[in-house]
Amino acid sequence: MQTVFSIAVDALAYGMVLFVISIGLSVTMGLMRVVNLAHGAFAMIGGYVASYAARDLGLGYAAAVLLAVAGTVLIAIPIERLLYRRVYGAPELTQVLMTIGITFCIIGIANFVFGPTLKTIPLPDTLRGSVDLGFRSIATHRIFAIICGLVVAAALWFLIEKTAFGIKLRAAVDNAAMAAALGVRTEIVYAVSFAVAIGLAALGGVVGAELLPVEPYYALRYMVTFLVVVSVGGAGSIPGALLACLLLGAIDTTGRYLAPEYGEFFFYLAVIVIVILFPRGLAGRFK
Amino acid sequence: MKKLITTTIAAFVLSSAAYADTIKVGVIGPFSGPFALQGKNFKAGIDAYFALHGNTAGDDTIEVIYRDVPQPDPAQSKALAQELVVKEGVQYLAGFYFTPDATAATPILEQGNVPMVVMNAATSAIVTKSPYVVRTSFTTWQTSTPIAKVAKDAGVNKVISIVSDYGPGVDAENAFKAAFEKEGGEVVEAIRMPLSTNDFSPIMQRVKDSGAEAVFAFLPSGPTTLGFVKAFNQNGLKDAGIKLFAPGDLTQESDLPALGDQALGMQTTFHYAVSHDSPENKEFVAAAQKAIGNPAELSFPAVGAFDGMHVIAKMIEATGGEQDAQKAVEAVKGLSWTSPRGPVTVDPESRHIMQNIYLREVTKADDGSYFNKEIQTFEKQGDPGLEAAK
Repeated sequence: MQTVFSIAVDALAYGMVLFVISIGLSVTMGLMRVVNLAHGAFAMIGGYVASYAARDLGLGYAAAVLLAVAGTVLIAIPIERLLYRRVYGAPELTQVLMTIGITFCIIGIANFVFGPTLKTIPLPDTLRGSVDLGFRSIATHRIFAIICGLVVAAALWFLIEKTAFGIKLRAAVDNAAMAAALGVRTEIVYAVSFAVAIGLAALGGVVGAELLPVEPYYALRYMVTFLVVVSVGGAGSIPGALLACLLLGAIDTTGRYLAPEYGEFFFYLAVIVIVILFPRGLAGRFK
Repeated sequence: MKKLITTTIAAFVLSSAAYADTIKVGVIGPFSGPFALQGKNFKAGIDAYFALHGNTAGDDTIEVIYRDVPQPDPAQSKALAQELVVKEGVQYLAGFYFTPDATAATPILEQGNVPMVVMNAATSAIVTKSPYVVRTSFTTWQTSTPIAKVAKDAGVNKVISIVSDYGPGVDAENAFKAAFEKEGGEVVEAIRMPLSTNDFSPIMQRVKDSGAEAVFAFLPSGPTTLGFVKAFNQNGLKDAGIKLFAPGDLTQESDLPALGDQALGMQTTFHYAVSHDSPENKEFVAAAQKAIGNPAELSFPAVGAFDGMHVIAKMIEATGGEQDAQKAVEAVKGLSWTSPRGPVTVDPESRHIMQNIYLREVTKADDGSYFNKEIQTFEKQGDPGLEAAK
């Protein structure tokens, strides 16, 4: 029984880390309809900025996280203006080609600037070490990641479903021309949501860095996992992504405990089954 | 007239080998992509050799031509090896970070009359693929066997083995099991996990449930080792008194700054530590760190490449620059010299390098950096993997 609880805790923690990193991609793909394969690259930039701020500038963890989010968004703004704006509404293949190209450029630059070795983000003492849950101990940092995931989920849901901006965003996504005719400044709406998505990527990169360490190939290494989460959850759906992360986290963790030699067999089996049953994802919107 | 030209060309081609001033060496390795750091180390080792010993062997000048295979890709490795031999006219092939890349290129050695000096790829069987293969690195069997004795000496009887599920991982598992059972210990469970694993908490739960007193682990150096060591500490295994034993892949110098405190006190066995205390190594490290740029990036492939160049230089001396693979390989069988890692010998039987394996402990230096401190030496270790395969 203790083992079951223990695995459940691991699954929850892993799922929430996945959620924090993937949710930004869900926003770009579902709400902005851009297949952003550079999502991992932006998460990686966040990780690098935080690592640089904390290790080389000696800033605290909180400051490093804020700087990472702000810095990544700042880097992304010219990229959005010059490149992404051209592919809004373009065929998926065009988007894929452009964003994968951006990813390769960022990998090359990161490799050149920071070198090929791993970069860590030093944790503050409060997040270091483990917490005893009675039946096992868990890294304090994991609990922090779980809380981050819940806060992000709640805040995003509120932003998209309950605020005026969310209404404009959904209108712009469903029918950009009509929304513009009604006075919604779609360009600004898109730019802001893009910034939010990039900020979330950066946050995910930093919070998830304990599990997925920052190095130049981060940008591609974990991209498949992020895409799987989005497609299983249903692009653009916050509850869907949350559900997908918890489900996939549970399956992956249990599989890894019971039969590690099968590798990611159970993970991808689950993905296939879910995608067959729900072609638009667990909570996908119908067109 | 045509005949005259043909003979002239033939004469020129034939004579050119004997008078050749420049001997070309083709080095294949990962110089870009996720493993670029390893290729960089190859290059640093070779550059360090030239810096310390000059780029001449006998009367001939050595010229190195690099070819890039970013990830394990046997087909590409073979194609590039062929191109090097046929088009560039290299007399020696060297490098090879990954086993499949080395194995794929072995069939062309006899045809091309070209020896191969493996500077890294660590699967025992490569030397059996062709009589022209010489290896100056190590095998996973070689580095994983001594740790079994270390574990037993530490009073451990039950071990759970956890390896990444690919060739070297399986080698490490078998090597440890064979050696540990010989010492009278027991491997209670053997887990193979996919290379792409990034969350190790469930594995740590398996360890707890298995009742083992220690973990034997093998993962390739890089991002996953960080996650593994952290998970080991944070899931309370370290506090529960469970010990962690591994070959040196887990505590590579290039990963140590990131591992930091997490790895402090970890014991691993390996053939080379940058901190190895000898005049040869000090000289080598100074030259190689200069070549690589960032001193923190220097690790074991550099020493394999350095010694590989030494072997090639000896081969060129022995053949006087003529292309004669058999003579070249014969000349280095049994060759002994003092490498930066300590005394080494090319085993005349297997053409694999015999060397000391060191037990090292991750230690904090006075300046706050971490290094592998050698605390015990297992002298003159051959490759038990070849024995086991027989």
